[in-house]
Amino acid sequence: MSDVIAPLADKDRIFTNVYGFQDWGIDAAMKRGDWDNTKKLMEIGQDEIIERIKASGLRGRGGAGFPTGMKWSFMPKESKDGRPSFLVINADESEPGSCKDREIVRHDPHKLIEGALIAGFAMRARAAYIYIRGEFIYEAKILFAAVEQAYEKGFLGKNACGSGYDFDVFVHRGAGAYICGEETAQIESIEGKKGQPRLKPPFPAGAGLYGCPTTVNNVESIAVGPTILRRGSEWFSSFGRENNKGTKLFQISGHVNKPCVVEESMGISFKELIDRHCGGIRGGWDNLLAVIPGGSSVPLVPAAQIMDAPMDFDGLRALGSGLGTAAVIVMDKSTDIVRAISRLSYFYKHESCGQCTPCREGTGWMWRVMERLRSGDADISEIDMLHQVTKQVEGHTICALGDAAAWPIQGLIRHFRPEIERRINENKGSAPVMEAAE
Amino acid sequence: MPKVKVDGVELEVPAGATVLQACELAGKEIPRFCYHERLSIAGNCRMCLVEVKPGPPKPQASCALPASEGQEIRTDSEMVKKAREGVMEFLLINHPLDCPICDQGGECDLQDQSVAYGKGSSRFEENKRAVTEKYMGPIVKTVMTRCIQCTRCVRFAEEVAGVPEIGAIYRGENMQITTYLEHAAKSELSGNVVDLCPVGALTSKPYAFEARPWELKKTHAIDVMDAVGTNIRLDSRGRQVLRAVPRINDDVNEEWASDKTRHNVDGLVRKRLDKPYVRKDGKLVPATWNEAFAAIADVKHGGSVAALAGDLLDCETMFAGKVLVEKLGGSLLEGRQTGLAYDVSSLSAVNFNTTLPGIETADVILLVGTNLRWEAPLVNTRIRKAIKKGAKVFGLGPQVDLTYKVEWLGNDASLLAKLPEAVVEAFGKAARPAMIVGGGVLAKDGAHGDTLALVETLGLIKDGWNGYNVLHFAAARMGGLMLGYATDGGVKAVAAAKPKLLFSLGADEADYSAFPDSFKVYVGHHGDKGAHAADVILPGASYAEKAGTYVNLEGRVQRGEKAVFAPGDAREDWSILRALSEVLGATLPFDSFEQLRAEMARAVPALGVEGLADYGWSVPSLPTGATGEFGSPIKDFYLTNAICRASPTMQQCSAELIHGQTYAEAAE
Repeated sequence: MSDVIAPLADKDRIFTNVYGFQDWGIDAAMKRGDWDNTKKLMEIGQDEIIERIKASGLRGRGGAGFPTGMKWSFMPKESKDGRPSFLVINADESEPGSCKDREIVRHDPHKLIEGALIAGFAMRARAAYIYIRGEFIYEAKILFAAVEQAYEKGFLGKNACGSGYDFDVFVHRGAGAYICGEETAQIESIEGKKGQPRLKPPFPAGAGLYGCPTTVNNVESIAVGPTILRRGSEWFSSFGRENNKGTKLFQISGHVNKPCVVEESMGISFKELIDRHCGGIRGGWDNLLAVIPGGSSVPLVPAAQIMDAPMDFDGLRALGSGLGTAAVIVMDKSTDIVRAISRLSYFYKHESCGQCTPCREGTGWMWRVMERLRSGDADISEIDMLHQVTKQVEGHTICALGDAAAWPIQGLIRHFRPEIERRINENKGSAPVMEAAE
Repeated sequence: MPKVKVDGVELEVPAGATVLQACELAGKEIPRFCYHERLSIAGNCRMCLVEVKPGPPKPQASCALPASEGQEIRTDSEMVKKAREGVMEFLLINHPLDCPICDQGGECDLQDQSVAYGKGSSRFEENKRAVTEKYMGPIVKTVMTRCIQCTRCVRFAEEVAGVPEIGAIYRGENMQITTYLEHAAKSELSGNVVDLCPVGALTSKPYAFEARPWELKKTHAIDVMDAVGTNIRLDSRGRQVLRAVPRINDDVNEEWASDKTRHNVDGLVRKRLDKPYVRKDGKLVPATWNEAFAAIADVKHGGSVAALAGDLLDCETMFAGKVLVEKLGGSLLEGRQTGLAYDVSSLSAVNFNTTLPGIETADVILLVGTNLRWEAPLVNTRIRKAIKKGAKVFGLGPQVDLTYKVEWLGNDASLLAKLPEAVVEAFGKAARPAMIVGGGVLAKDGAHGDTLALVETLGLIKDGWNGYNVLHFAAARMGGLMLGYATDGGVKAVAAAKPKLLFSLGADEADYSAFPDSFKVYVGHHGDKGAHAADVILPGASYAEKAGTYVNLEGRVQRGEKAVFAPGDAREDWSILRALSEVLGATLPFDSFEQLRAEMARAVPALGVEGLADYGWSVPSLPTGATGEFGSPIKDFYLTNAICRASPTMQQCSAELIHGQTYAEAAE
């Protein structure tokens, strides 16, 4: 954490219309530089594109932070049995706190669509499916229209951008299930089935959508691709720290003076991020209680630890949390922290798909105990029991939703145990002493 | 063949095996709920977690993880123990623990595994979940609060039964298993989900609250409801068979049984003949055995004796009947009661030659005049498996829903002589082509010959492969044919010979008005058509009440045991015939069942050896040139014989699933 990260200059922003000050349409987008001689980008060559993405150090922006170039390189170079390959773009942004894909789709959709062509071309995909969250009605309309515009200009379809490569983009609307953001559940959902994660192996790169090789990428990972190619891998990797390169859309919500979505260098310190873009913490820095730095599924970090932490994958992992989608949820001292986490537990209980046992049964149990801890209607020993239950869920499920449900509670117990105990003791004290009837 | 280490013991496992299978090969028990050998892998119960190195530092679901070279698997580590305890705790927190009133009690996977792998106490202090019952038809009773969402029933319905009507709705802890719109699952195999259900969520409706598993005497028997020869276990208490469940036999029924096989048993205690009757002044009146025998002895037959064999008979009864008829000077024997008269000079030409496991490996199949779902549901599941492996199926005959894609060519027998080019081409390319000839074909003049002619044209005979299959649906058929229960011209010829004395051995499907002048002796167990027409009734034993040898449609000789005693004065059929023979002065040459069996094996050696009988292969030259439509020999799947017609469960299935009757249910 020694090197200080300089804030991002305006000239280095990838998402130039993230605030929606300009039109989202194709003409405005082309003025901003999208679809600028895309054919030339494709002439770089499929393997070279992947190499350049690898060299840029881009890590997946959907939360797990898997190197994007490496992920693309897992796709088969040629189809041995006639199966096509597919690219699935995950716009099912449902993580509480996350709102970056939404901004990209509604203000800069052509960055995404051009990225889909480039990424799909690089991984030799026949088509891209953009799976957009069911609740995003306005955004889905824009996306449909934007894809239509790209087809009209000849940027998609047969001989896309005059490159000789055939590529289609389909927009698929979800039906409002958080779990469909999990890559294999998303594939199931596109296939028309109940959105439940698949067992891995086989991994999607081997057998994914309709049994064909598939890569599932986040909207942001795809949308930054063309700019990286245009400005060069070195330009992109000049931001951030080793292993955590590039720029990133941060989404700051909660108790800051000006909540916003902003593109910044990876690794910028939390304090700088808040002061520069959000007008500081509501009530001043002394009023900060805790921060959930990466969307609801990562553990919270108390104020003292987060203050100077670099906001990137490794920096936050060192704090026992994670960057996730960089959805920074800021909570000041007015927050009922137990209730906040309990609400997240309810979310995971509500969104568990019900397929595998620990998550199906565990999320409901955890939420119910959390509700009692909130009011203090519990026993001190139940805190440890709850912690054990979260450990019984974590790592025992098919997908990561079980982990995501367990981590916020573990973070709460790790950092705010005295607060929980205080409530239980107070509740005990205030409760009338039960006496046996005579 | 990867080498793996299971708990420190190194062993080699077959390529493609899962970690779970590797552990089993090493003799380690892996608890599981969702995993089932015959269904696809779901991996959702998380009970089979083991520790695997190399791999992530968390337990892995062994059912879904391929075993690979150099893996170190631990099933006995602290991590595994904790994982199992954790999953078990989760499964139990919302399980009602109403074992004392649950029919699954005593044979419940959840019960057994919670004893073996659970923690023994609960920390869950919240309210338990309750789920409303679902209607799944007359066979399956639901108590969905007990469901642990393993989805075995869902996968069975979709993969094996081919009726994707069971599924899960809602999500998370509200997930529920239900049938589509809560209609009855319209499958002849629905009862299998009861066996598959690892808990008491799906239990047998007719068997509800009848008995506990430890009270039951378990007898290995052979089912007689169709010609597949399903291996079953009859569970009885006292003198009553309470249920029939399939035994595992990969060569015959795998692990399944049709609903008819499972639930005809309540017909075994209804409409039974429990004492002899003699017709006096046009009315059947109860009599003693001596009176009944005397009435038969009074018949002056002069050697004009015939025997009709029923569909449910064991070979021993038929053999005793045959010897009796011959001793009395007769020779007319017939088992094809409904008037079929197909040629039986070559048994291989009326046999299921691919064998049941063999049909799974076929790559092109032509179905002729058959409704497999009704004639042999378990053959249908085999064809589903063949299709999964890539087989193509053509159908000629009445179009029915067979649960898979069939290219129907039309219902016209003359098509057999001029099959469409596409069919001929597909067969030409096939390595293992097969044809299945159903009951509709055998009933049509010339059609049997037409199909045999196709053996050559379609190239059904290959090296080590005979793709010509005739599908019978009477359990006694192949055994009867081996014993000579076939007269040229069929039942019509027997009637034309006007036998003075006619033995009806449980023949309930025959038209007795063709025998107006014969003295009819009915030896059988149910008061059905045969008994109504009889002049003397001798009460016999059903398949559950006698040991017997059965030959299934592929010529497989199998033996069943006796589960219970026949009711009242009824006796085992062979002993009735033996006693009667003495009165008629034509004493049969055996005094015990063992002697009878030995005698039968001497007469027909193949019946003395369990396993596939070898009929060789020869094609008789038969008339060809059939025209017109094929009919369907089975009108109602659930009511094909005297036992199911007496069974209230089968009657309800028929009314509800075939005739669409809806039952009013009390409001809850």
